[in-house]
Amino acid sequence: MRTEIPVAMAFIAGMLMVVSLFVPHPFIAEPAAVMRGWAIIITAFAYVLGVANIARISLHTVRNRTTDWQYKAALVVALVAMAGVGIAGGINSGGLFDWAYLNMYVPMQATMFSLLAFFIASAAYRAFRARSVEATLLLVVAAVVMLGRVPVGEKLWPGLPAFTEWIMEVPNMAAKRGIMIGAALGAISTGLKMILGIERSYLGSD
Amino acid sequence: MEERGTERRSLLTRLSLIDRRILFLIIFACAAIPLLIGASLKMSVTAPVKGLYDAIDALEAGSCVWLAADYDPGSKPELSPMNYALVEHLFRKNIKVISASLWAPGPPLAQTVFDEMAPVHGKHYGVDYVNLGFKEGREAVMVSVAEDLRRTFPEDYAGTPLDSIPMLKGISSLKDIDMIICVSAGYPGIKEWIQQIATRYDTVIGGGVTAVSGPEMYPYIQSGQLVGLLSGMKGAAEYEQLVGRPGLGTAGMVAQSSVHVMVVIFIIFANIVYFLEKRRARR
Amino acid sequence: MTKYILIGVVIALMVFAVASGRLGAASFGTWIGALLTLSIFSFLYKDNPLYKLAEHIFIGISAGYFVALEYWNVFVPNLWNPLLASFRTVSPSGLMLIVPFVLGLLLFTRFLPKAAWLSRWSMAAMIGSYAGLAIIGALQGDLLAQIRANMMPLISPGSPGGLKSAAGASALFFATLEVLRNPLIVIGLLVTLVYFFFSREHKGSLGAASRVGVWFLMISFGASFGYTVMSRVSLLIGRLHFLLSDWLGIIH
Repeated sequence: MRTEIPVAMAFIAGMLMVVSLFVPHPFIAEPAAVMRGWAIIITAFAYVLGVANIARISLHTVRNRTTDWQYKAALVVALVAMAGVGIAGGINSGGLFDWAYLNMYVPMQATMFSLLAFFIASAAYRAFRARSVEATLLLVVAAVVMLGRVPVGEKLWPGLPAFTEWIMEVPNMAAKRGIMIGAALGAISTGLKMILGIERSYLGSD
Repeated sequence: MEERGTERRSLLTRLSLIDRRILFLIIFACAAIPLLIGASLKMSVTAPVKGLYDAIDALEAGSCVWLAADYDPGSKPELSPMNYALVEHLFRKNIKVISASLWAPGPPLAQTVFDEMAPVHGKHYGVDYVNLGFKEGREAVMVSVAEDLRRTFPEDYAGTPLDSIPMLKGISSLKDIDMIICVSAGYPGIKEWIQQIATRYDTVIGGGVTAVSGPEMYPYIQSGQLVGLLSGMKGAAEYEQLVGRPGLGTAGMVAQSSVHVMVVIFIIFANIVYFLEKRRARR
Repeated sequence: MTKYILIGVVIALMVFAVASGRLGAASFGTWIGALLTLSIFSFLYKDNPLYKLAEHIFIGISAGYFVALEYWNVFVPNLWNPLLASFRTVSPSGLMLIVPFVLGLLLFTRFLPKAAWLSRWSMAAMIGSYAGLAIIGALQGDLLAQIRANMMPLISPGSPGGLKSAAGASALFFATLEVLRNPLIVIGLLVTLVYFFFSREHKGSLGAASRVGVWFLMISFGASFGYTVMSRVSLLIGRLHFLLSDWLGIIH
């Protein structure tokens, strides 16, 4: 019961999605549409579950006063405040929720990601070494693409943007297509294994 | 002689293990100084960008486009300039825009673009554009919208039922849309739109991605599944040039150039130091 | 030393902005955004309490944001309103929404060790649906379409003519690249796939093909690295533009 019913549910849900591609008849299309609607709702609950888990772990740290408990307390306060303001006051433009989004969420997330520029430049200096023919090839192409993709590259050699575009459209595209086909075969086989109940790791342990 | 050799060896070692905060400062200066000076550079337009421009330009006035704002503030510097330039083009051609997002932070970012662009072009909400907001469900949402729009999005971002929105009369699914434009930062995004919608529903798809995702989109361009693509801030700058609306993309190009040149110098310099160290170690 | 240089630059910029009369115009919200931005940038010097606080506030705010969005954009329009309406009209198709509602609630049994097995039902419905959609997407979008697109003539019709009429070194160079386009795409895909074929040892002609495949992969990784640098730098430019334009008002 604990395994058979979920495996059967995964089979029915998965087969409905696959068969609906080939059979547009309402007999299949309508249940498939219903299943998609249910997947949307269940996924939303899954996100809330994730947030609840963050809150649970943080509250545990605060209760036990373990390392960095003050920061976890700030996390919980921010979480509850943002969720409360959004649910109670609405999410539309001009409200407090929108203000917090524009003046706190946007700057912080944008800055978190912008740190990567510094780290990638530092990594390029400290770690990027031409230790082999393959590494040298990678390094040379990276330099050509970096220069060819900015206006200053055109000033160095007017043909550089066109050469860079050729690199992207020919050898890069061929290799990426190979990776894509391999990944597609892997995705199809993994998806089939999940639907047919051969792969059950998503059920977790007993 | 031996002392000088030891000094040079330690200099090489010090250069190869330089404090990364000095590297950070150099990068900061390379990015900030061009912005302070306000320099700009003209650039040539690449084929994928021109492809998207031509595809949108070929649409007639009154056509309807699905603009997927599938990104978050982390990608805003690359993708918001694209969004602005695309909306400029769409509004100028009097094409109706339905915006929706599969990323939760997407709708306010899209709304910011509309709030700024609509008054300039005399466009009105519900008549010329609409923001349907966010929907959880990734690929399930894509296929669901392709089959039945109202089942997936019963209301718009403000909570207005879709049946009350004038421009959505006669639009029951993606089959009634002339083109999908996806501005995406990752998963779910343009790749999933292509996988789920392009072939199955024979839909024209174009869009913009962060530069990180750019190289892996080329197979889709070559196969015709993507009519055109903007990659990163450079792609945004090229499109701004095409529509004649310089924005952050164009403003950032000199800074982008100077940092790229500096990173290439870093790589070359560091490898010279590496090979010198190797030669000294062999002796 | 670096710390003092950084602090000096920030103070100099702020003095300039105040002296030129532009700093006062920045709204309270912009100030909050700028201070949070600088708190996170302080990590570049070293990890510090200000950065940690900003990081944790960010996690809390983004988690709270997601909850509010899921509530207003999914629960209310796709579940709550239709379910309430179906109770009023007694519509069977609407009442079926009780199923995803219950399945969604069952997900929270993961917090109860004895009842956690019930969450498997919800997981299975979700995973099964997305596995089915992934199969369709991979098959249509990535496998068949890409194989079809790679079937092309080895010599594209216009390219030899382009080579004959090329005048000058640059034109000859690009005309040669055009002639090589189709054969390199076809060969490139095949050798890349050979590299990922692990059922036989890579030696002999298979080994040689695999080696060429590695070269194509290295070119694509180099291109990806170049684009990744471009992407990260753009994010930095965006943040600097915010600080210099929206906050300090030094640039427009």
